[in-house]
Amino acid sequence: MFGASGSGDTSGFGGLVRVAPGSAVTSHSSERPYGGYFDDLMDAIEFALGPKRFAATVQRVVVDRGELTLYVARERLVKLCQTLRDHKALRFELLSSVSGVDYLGSGGTQEDRLHAVYHVTSMTFRRRIRLEVAVPDDDATIPSVTGLYPTADWQERETWDMFGIDFAGHPGLTRILMPDDWDGFPQRKDYPLGGVPVDYKGATIPPPDERRSYR
Amino acid sequence: MSTTTSDPYAGSRDTTEGRVYTVTGGDWDSTFSGDPMSEERLVVNMGPQHPSTHGVLRLVLDLEGETVTKARVVIGYLHTGIEKNTEYRNWTQGTTFVTRMDYLAPLFNETAYCLAVEKLLGIEVPPRAQVIRVLLMELNRISSHLVGLSTTGLEMGALTAMTNGLRDREIVMDLLEEITGLRMNHAFVRPGGVAQDLPDSAEGSIRDFLKIFPDRLEGFHRLLTGQPVWQKRLQGIGYLDVTGCVSLGVTGPVLRAAGLPWDLRKIEPYCGYETYDFDVCVQTTADAFGRYLVRVAEMSESLKIIEQCLDRLEPGPVMVGDKKIAWPAQLSLGPDGMGNSLEHVSKIMGQSMEALIHHFKLVTEGFRVPPGQVYVPIESPRGELGYHVVSDGGTRPWRVHVRDPSFVNLQATAAMSEGGLIADVIASIASIDPVMGGVDR
Repeated sequence: MFGASGSGDTSGFGGLVRVAPGSAVTSHSSERPYGGYFDDLMDAIEFALGPKRFAATVQRVVVDRGELTLYVARERLVKLCQTLRDHKALRFELLSSVSGVDYLGSGGTQEDRLHAVYHVTSMTFRRRIRLEVAVPDDDATIPSVTGLYPTADWQERETWDMFGIDFAGHPGLTRILMPDDWDGFPQRKDYPLGGVPVDYKGATIPPPDERRSYR
Repeated sequence: MSTTTSDPYAGSRDTTEGRVYTVTGGDWDSTFSGDPMSEERLVVNMGPQHPSTHGVLRLVLDLEGETVTKARVVIGYLHTGIEKNTEYRNWTQGTTFVTRMDYLAPLFNETAYCLAVEKLLGIEVPPRAQVIRVLLMELNRISSHLVGLSTTGLEMGALTAMTNGLRDREIVMDLLEEITGLRMNHAFVRPGGVAQDLPDSAEGSIRDFLKIFPDRLEGFHRLLTGQPVWQKRLQGIGYLDVTGCVSLGVTGPVLRAAGLPWDLRKIEPYCGYETYDFDVCVQTTADAFGRYLVRVAEMSESLKIIEQCLDRLEPGPVMVGDKKIAWPAQLSLGPDGMGNSLEHVSKIMGQSMEALIHHFKLVTEGFRVPPGQVYVPIESPRGELGYHVVSDGGTRPWRVHVRDPSFVNLQATAAMSEGGLIADVIASIASIDPVMGGVDR
């Protein structure tokens, strides 16, 4: 539990040295039985998609802490969401959340650095699953699901704003939280905390990490 | 791919989708010169500093006469990068950050975050801590709904609703202050339990509150529910049915006012909500008036839950026993405020090297959380508040994403207000009850 590696600095401004205990990326795949309703659910998804298309769509299945995660090929995402939403044995009507995770420097490869994470909820059957789509940062394009779930509109804009994941087919993919002319994607791991000076009424206030030494 | 003009008033750039305008005002002629309807069309900018927009929210409204043809919502004025900041702090410090997101429902943020951390750790908090969490959340739900109600009154011009609402909220804030020490941004719920046990006086104060509060809620019905002006301003306004709500991701009172009894306290119970006796409040009108009624009814249900909490408070620990997770402190009130008790200091300094090491390691570095990711949804006053937390096994979160209900629900503004009158835009937004701290995070 305890370890003396790395920096104990928790101010955030000491030029963070991350304690790197391993990997946040899961690379394994869970085996059946998954437990709970997950087995029935996976059968239903396989049935709805057909075994061939299912194999091409779902790359991995991970069951961890009572939550089911499907790793999805990006070109198949929209079709999968359509099936999840409309098939009578699935009925995932609500897209609860869309967000991104940047796994840079956490055991992942450059090919699957950026993940878009979708939490979908079936209100009919009271089930939740997580869909994850991994893309490299030089080709971070994922088809948008706004056509199926209008609620994805702002959430995909936020994910674009923070991670630079380009949702192809989104009706207006612009920055939403950061100013329109902002450079960079703030929640990527290689984007530092601090480092941005603030201009206020003609004066420039240096970023917090440059005001004094926290080392 | 894009070129940006340097004109500060009429910024525009060419993209692959066509020309994109940045609406900053002063660009009227260049934007609408070729439009034959330009004489009829009026674009009104409301906010971000506007008393009726529920916070720093900016609305760009296209009007024809008084009818809104297009409503665009601009947010981001309160973005403070809390999600990013949590990645640079240890797991316990995260509580202090997330409590500042939806500042009217801080205890919900704390609890949802802590539930996520506890799910990653695979621990369960002691029963007394669970009851205290439920108690605090329901008190918080009342204070949050009262602000929602007050600001709705303020924005509709019903100032007595506002003064009465804030007066009654003050009672709840006093209770929260008595229990946690702070009116808001409590940081009271911690991974593993809660920071402190209830003070001895708390139960009596809450019982007194339970005696007077039903009448206060009845007062809102007497003041507002039957009042013709209030009804005329809210009934049939901001209509959004169940289909619209679900496709736009809208949850909470807005969805329940449309007729779907979707309450995560019943559907996916957490903190032992399945053992409490309360009803899910539903209306079928799908309008702003229905949402008002749902909120008032939910406050009554919260009172029922609070009473049950008090009845089942058994003495016991309020933090997990695992010394590798529990914050090493026995707080007490000293001459210079709250701090570690003398007994704790003398124990770690004089008697137990082990305890000193634990204290030092936990406070400076924090505990480690096994790698993985979880999504924990709870029912906040505004809907589904979900925490997606990723750990890489370290002492800090790898990623904390907050699915804030205000952020998602605010997308319904256009659907609720387009085609209506400009005065009703205010009623629609007030009925969503967005908190901009949560929207922008």
